[in-house]
Amino acid sequence: MSKTKMILGLFDDPDEMMHGIEKLQKNSVPIYDVYTPMPIHGIEDKLGVKESRLGYAAFCFGCLGGSVIFSIVYYTLVHDWPMNIGGKPHFAMPDFVPFTFEWTILWTAFGMVFTFFYATHLFPGRAPRVMDLRATDDRFVIAIDAKGNIPHDDITKILTDAGAVEVKHNERKYVSYE
Amino acid sequence: MKTEHSFNEQFEFAGKAKTWSLIGIVIGVVGILYGFLLDHSEMGVQRTFSNLLLMSYYFVCICIGGVFFLAYQYAAQAGWSAAFLRIPQAFVRVLPIAALIFVLVVVAGLFTTHNIVEEGKTVVAPYLYAHWATHGLTTPGSENYDAIIAGKSAVLSIPSFIGAIVVFLVAYTAFGLMLVKYSQLEDEMGGMSNYSKSFKIALIFLVVFGFTYPVFAFDGIMSLEAHWYSTMFGWYNLAALHVATLSIIALTLILLKKSGYFDWITENHIHSLGKLIFGFSIFWTYVWFAQFFLTWYANMPEESVYFYKRWEPEYKWWFWLNIILNFCAPLFMLMSRDAKRYYSRMTTVCIVLIIGHWLDYYLMIMPGTVAEHRAFGVQEICIFLGFAGLFSFLMLNALSKFKSLAPVKHPFMDESLHHQI
Repeated sequence: MSKTKMILGLFDDPDEMMHGIEKLQKNSVPIYDVYTPMPIHGIEDKLGVKESRLGYAAFCFGCLGGSVIFSIVYYTLVHDWPMNIGGKPHFAMPDFVPFTFEWTILWTAFGMVFTFFYATHLFPGRAPRVMDLRATDDRFVIAIDAKGNIPHDDITKILTDAGAVEVKHNERKYVSYE
Repeated sequence: MKTEHSFNEQFEFAGKAKTWSLIGIVIGVVGILYGFLLDHSEMGVQRTFSNLLLMSYYFVCICIGGVFFLAYQYAAQAGWSAAFLRIPQAFVRVLPIAALIFVLVVVAGLFTTHNIVEEGKTVVAPYLYAHWATHGLTTPGSENYDAIIAGKSAVLSIPSFIGAIVVFLVAYTAFGLMLVKYSQLEDEMGGMSNYSKSFKIALIFLVVFGFTYPVFAFDGIMSLEAHWYSTMFGWYNLAALHVATLSIIALTLILLKKSGYFDWITENHIHSLGKLIFGFSIFWTYVWFAQFFLTWYANMPEESVYFYKRWEPEYKWWFWLNIILNFCAPLFMLMSRDAKRYYSRMTTVCIVLIIGHWLDYYLMIMPGTVAEHRAFGVQEICIFLGFAGLFSFLMLNALSKFKSLAPVKHPFMDESLHHQI
């Protein structure tokens, strides 16, 4: 049994890579993922990538941030130690708008960043997981899970026909831990 | 994705669109005649003038908004918007007429006077800008003398007032027409020279606009209540102008797409417009609230009087409705990604915002002119419809003059056609 874990098709041209995706799909080869150094318009639709759920996380963090600061200020300035500021009522809504707004924004922003880091395993001290280092430079990489896929040579042939400059049969999924 | 589009198709202004715009104009004329000749109530003429000012200001702001949109798209070297730049360009082409109408309304309002009884004295006051343009306010020794207004008379006197408005409008029109001209030359000549010129003109315009538009808003609207002032007012008006312009651009685009034009516009372009509308509605609320909040906190009588008037029973519900229409509606209706991509949802929000910003201007103008005699009836509706008809007639007519509905040789045209988010 082959030890190959991942088959990577490296392209130097995004259009040829898109063409390669089509060819693989036509031959019913499931694609694990595609790595490109820059965003490619239309690639999500082609790969059938599900819509990101980051927006839902952002919404929840926003609500959380707003409620947290509202509760803190309500507890401190209305309930626990009411202060007379300019003769206004202790619980006057206009007062509560600026910081609720700011904390909603702040928590939305930070929450989105942390959620994104968590989902993509990116945080300080962690080596990023990369299948091919040139995918962050000048190669457009189609990754195919080797397990259970049709004969590896066929996949190699499809990729080379589509214009891949190099096809790698990697025994490790990620190369970036060294 | 369809990759072949017929860019040579010209927009043909005919049929239902033309009929309905003309009907709108007729309704508007009937409304104005009714207001001036048949409404014999105490505030009839005053109310008509206020509505004319409201709608001509709205009208001119939308056209200025077209210049603003073009300018910052060029300044940001934005690619996504290239495919529909003809629509703001059509707005710009209407700007000379809009500016003329606005100046006519202002001049007519300043020079048509009537007698009003104020604190037992009869004074001769103009219909618009009576707070500073009433005879004798700045003449020392006159029984109407008002020291505060006299202090502001360098700006708020008829020659400098009209002078400033005319100079600003001429400048905006000139910049706008230059941008349109370069875009058309670009279509004939190709190359980058016209784009570079547009870029330069856009940058100069944005600097000029940033400094002068607040003054335009101070003069045109804020001086209706000349004792009061707010430094936020200019930005507040800019936000209103921007949201209203974006809504009208999006609505025009959707309606034209539905009638078979702009087949290269996809839900991605509408999505991007939706994001701008969403973001700038929140910005509008931010500035609106900033103006309100500081006044509320400081609680100085000469400042709070502005909101005191809008808190009276005649205006209070409208005051809250303003926030619901211009903040809550876009916030909740456009929050999700999908919502911005549905044409029907975007259409609804755009219509809500167009009405919402009418109400916004209504609340800026009416308490300073008709005050507690506020009404909502024939004049308001007819004059709104009249100007809406006039705008669509002139704008669609200007659009039909373009040889192509897309700036074919715009350097970012291809990027715009492939816009995907």
